[in-house]
Amino acid sequence: MKKSFAALAALAVLGSAAFAQDMPKEVKARQGQFQILALNLGVLGGIAKGAIEYDEATATAAADSIVGVSMVHQATLFTEGTDSMSIDGTRAMPAIWENMDDFASKWGDLGTAAAEMQTAAATGKEAIGPALGKIGGACKACHDTYRAPE
Amino acid sequence: MGILKYLIPVAVIAAGVGWVVTAPGSVDAARYDGVTGNAEAGETVFTAAGCASCHHAPQSEDKLVLAGGQPFASDFGTFYAPNISPSDAGIGGWTVADLAGALTQGVSPDGQHYYPAFPYTSYAKMEPQDVADLHAYMQTLPASDVASKPHDVGFPFNIRRSLGGWKLLFFSDDYVMEASDEAGGARGRYLVETLAHCAECHTPRNPLGGLDKAMWMGGAPNPSGQGTIPRLTPDKLTWSAEDIAYYLESGFTPEYDSVGGHMAEVVDNFSKLSAEDRLAVAQYIKALPALGQ
Repeated sequence: MKKSFAALAALAVLGSAAFAQDMPKEVKARQGQFQILALNLGVLGGIAKGAIEYDEATATAAADSIVGVSMVHQATLFTEGTDSMSIDGTRAMPAIWENMDDFASKWGDLGTAAAEMQTAAATGKEAIGPALGKIGGACKACHDTYRAPE
Repeated sequence: MGILKYLIPVAVIAAGVGWVVTAPGSVDAARYDGVTGNAEAGETVFTAAGCASCHHAPQSEDKLVLAGGQPFASDFGTFYAPNISPSDAGIGGWTVADLAGALTQGVSPDGQHYYPAFPYTSYAKMEPQDVADLHAYMQTLPASDVASKPHDVGFPFNIRRSLGGWKLLFFSDDYVMEASDEAGGARGRYLVETLAHCAECHTPRNPLGGLDKAMWMGGAPNPSGQGTIPRLTPDKLTWSAEDIAYYLESGFTPEYDSVGGHMAEVVDNFSKLSAEDRLAVAQYIKALPALGQ
């Protein structure tokens, strides 16, 4: 686990060296929000798998953070000309801009799943796994259509 | 001039032999006579085989209407998934043996070769019972009358008979890996190499489009042209078997990044299978031999 974090960190450094200068701030911001999601999902996933001990405060803090990100309006971050065909360093497909309503509705589904996670986080360890599954479903449903492969 | 006297008959014989050896085969229908399909069991086969992922209509929310139409770009042209719903435009009138011919031989009921964009090179190893169950299940799905779109494939690949030669070179119903308990057993191998047809994308292809089995699961360029399909062998993929099984269930990587692209549809399917099936697949992946460059 440590190793993969190190690899990620190295990648992040390399990535930022290559892209930091010409990457629009909207792209940096939207990638940052997905990192916040990933870190907090990591806490909840750790609890669900038993690697992190459950306590309500930790689980709720993670769930609240996910809800917080889900409330960020995406149109501000996905501005014209920042798709994967126009610039390097993003996997946001042009289809997003052709279907902004659908994109916004799929982001809304993340909000719904995140709210369910808040309830689950307060309920206990057993409830977190299924709630994570729903968040994963929301991620997947959107990535399926709008995120390019690596 | 003299040499032509010999060359012409040789060419005629070669063409004749070529015509015979490229003829589409057929299944032994008797093999399917005593097999009765069970639709409920067929749903699991259908999910594991990922039929809907390619055959649902583009952008359709209802993935069980198998109207076809999704494009699949390749070096040989663009293939369009056909209608395989139970209607006259699809596979409505097919017998179990017809479906078996398509899945295990790559041959249509009227005796034409299919292009291997349809992964019959993997399905070739399907159990007759699974074919019959799948047939029973597919007959319960909604019918669509949308006509299948012709493939957009240039010469010489548009001559279907030439696929007989392709099959001689690259079509085999042998397994690649040994089935062992550590490698997910027979079930893990059947899921990976047959039903889920993982190698079709995760193994690179030679210039004629045959899988390069020496580079089994070695990763490959994405045929759509954008990005690559990742390598699954241990020199690259260092996740634990539990990590892989969880990824197949939830779409989350160990770093809680989330699955994307066509793999999202694959994870959708795996999430509906049993935990035992996902673990068997993960164990198979973990047992793959490391590859060099």
